[in-house]
Amino acid sequence: MELSGEQIQVDSLKGAQILVNSLKREGVEYIFGVNGGAAMPIFDALYDETEIKLIPMRHEQGASHAADGYARATGKVGVALATSGPGATNLVTGIATAYMDSIPMVAITGQVFTHFIGSDAFQECDVIGVTRPICKHSYLIKDCEEVADVVAEAFHIASTGKPGPVIIDIAKDAQNNEALFQYPETVDIRSYKPQVHGDPAQIAKAAALIKEAKRPMLYAGGGVVLANASEELRELTYKTQIPITVTLMGLGAFPETDPLAMEMPGMHGSCCANYAFTDADLIVAIGARFDDRVTGDLSKFAPNAKKIHIDIDASCIGKNVPVDVPIVGDAKNVLTELNKQVSTADIDPWRNQIQEWKRKYPFEYEQKVDKVMPQYVIEQIYEHYSDAIVIADVGQHQMWAAQYFKFTEPRQWLNSGGLGTMGFSLPAAIGAQLGCPDKTVVNINGDGSYIMTIQELVPAVTMKLPLKIFIINNMYLGMVRQWQELFHGKRYSAVDYHDNPDFALLAQAFGATGLRVEHTEDVVPALLKAKGITDGPVVIDFIVDEEENVFPMVPAGKGLGDVIRGLA
Amino acid sequence: MNSEKRHIFSVLVENRFGVLARVAGLFSGRGFNIDSLNVAETHDKSISQITLVTHGDAQIIEQIYHHLNRLIDVIEVTDLSTAGTHVERELVLIKVATDDPQKRTEILQVAEVFRGRVIDMKPASLVLEITGDEGKLKAAINIFNTYGILELARTGKIAMLRGSEK
Repeated sequence: MELSGEQIQVDSLKGAQILVNSLKREGVEYIFGVNGGAAMPIFDALYDETEIKLIPMRHEQGASHAADGYARATGKVGVALATSGPGATNLVTGIATAYMDSIPMVAITGQVFTHFIGSDAFQECDVIGVTRPICKHSYLIKDCEEVADVVAEAFHIASTGKPGPVIIDIAKDAQNNEALFQYPETVDIRSYKPQVHGDPAQIAKAAALIKEAKRPMLYAGGGVVLANASEELRELTYKTQIPITVTLMGLGAFPETDPLAMEMPGMHGSCCANYAFTDADLIVAIGARFDDRVTGDLSKFAPNAKKIHIDIDASCIGKNVPVDVPIVGDAKNVLTELNKQVSTADIDPWRNQIQEWKRKYPFEYEQKVDKVMPQYVIEQIYEHYSDAIVIADVGQHQMWAAQYFKFTEPRQWLNSGGLGTMGFSLPAAIGAQLGCPDKTVVNINGDGSYIMTIQELVPAVTMKLPLKIFIINNMYLGMVRQWQELFHGKRYSAVDYHDNPDFALLAQAFGATGLRVEHTEDVVPALLKAKGITDGPVVIDFIVDEEENVFPMVPAGKGLGDVIRGLA
Repeated sequence: MNSEKRHIFSVLVENRFGVLARVAGLFSGRGFNIDSLNVAETHDKSISQITLVTHGDAQIIEQIYHHLNRLIDVIEVTDLSTAGTHVERELVLIKVATDDPQKRTEILQVAEVFRGRVIDMKPASLVLEITGDEGKLKAAINIFNTYGILELARTGKIAMLRGSEK
């Protein structure tokens, strides 16, 4: 009897250690976290850990964005870790960001002791309740026996079907109590069986519609990137020679340098793509969700087009736009089948029309005297960093980056498209750089968004990450200012950021390299200089024209045909 | 535009904490309507049955169906209004005032018409239990209103497909 007692002692582990062992079984390389009371046993278990590297961030929002950036760049599940209460609520913006863009993430939060739950204990918060509408699923662990099974399920759910964030909230006693560690070999959830294979009859219908169409277009979104279906998308495009537009979330899934590429559609998209939507007789949507920023006024959207919609999420089909041929399935599987049934489309007049629009209405801007034009800075970033992973924040600079940088590979362009989270990019860049150590990572930021998570420069400096942080600084909350100029009679309420600190000096205070560029002729030399700095982050503060606007623009509530080109 | 219709969804879910909140949250978060909601354990203790009455046009109903299916803890969703013929029942408890003893006999006679059962009787009130479909309960409530309803509680609808249609 004594012997078996010893045996149990040897084999049983603390819940926190079971958690860490489970994460190792899932192949986790990095955990982005901020320590705190209710998560201390987990951080303690990570203290001696060699397989998993713990990355201490400076704010939990940074931790969730870094996990998200890691996931976007690598396709693997990102992991964020925080304590209960405020630690957990600080993760929320990052969780919602990942949810809106369907990014696989597991967010682990410490919770107060089981016997305190519901008593308004110190740093207690109903995290499951708070995150319910912004996660794919969530678990509250009160018993350390559940830890391994929950982790296995959480990773399975986060990474399959339509990916998304999963929350694991684990009570402190469940972290401290001991149990045997047994990791499940397989996961089978009876209520969760994503439909990954498209209905063959529907795919045949789609192929028939594609064959008949005279003015067809492909419309691909972030789902293609998530499904790693970029190759299949290219095959479909090349085989049919049908013009293609790729959304903000999908940029790079098809090379923008290709003649068939119409570039991004929507509010600040290319006139070509928007005119094509308006005139097309067939739209093949692949992993795109007819977002309002893409369609504009729905009553005027693609009035003449039949719609084929391929999506892993049945609830996305028919949500905004009626669809003629719905196909529920994984983009990679469905396209593989579809590609077997298509051939070159006989649509020369339509292709010529597209080429004419492309020629007539490229993205363009006016070079103002004595101003550094933001679009010029992006063009030069593209010129000198065309192979880089580019992570933009949210605002005017994001749109200029999407317009003027020509993306050619999936996962080359990362941004918060759905939630539009300012402050996303710097921490996400940290995650992306760790996930892709051999790549150059360029963070194109705005002066408003940069300062929202600027504290994450600290871990970037500590880890000597060679991030290229390029700030398109117009001293305003630029996109809001643009709307105020156009729709609020230039009443610039709460957008004047002239009181921001000197970002170059501030970078130096953080221990990074900081440069300031105020003249057009200094743009390229600064970019070249940044290239040579590989022992840590470099921040270049590009002081650009303050009141430059993003065009083309389809004003909110207008149809895509009502696009303002800006220069005419 | 499609016209709005009433639909009854039968939703089988994992019998776990928080599932009802996920279902209810989905409706409030996406602006769908809940007309009535009933939830209880089934003969299999690991599964609960939610009967949910809602209304909307065809597009909304389809969205509700898909969004319910998207919840990880949802095992099966059936739209009883389209899946075949079904039976539905609801139970109501009505406390009727009987201050006037003369009226009591009359109330009991009316209750008889609705096959109601008296489950409590006090000098000034009695409690009736009536089961039926929506039309019957509505008619009963209308009549008892004329005698003075003191309190009323309903279970919300439960329903299932007939015979072997499942």
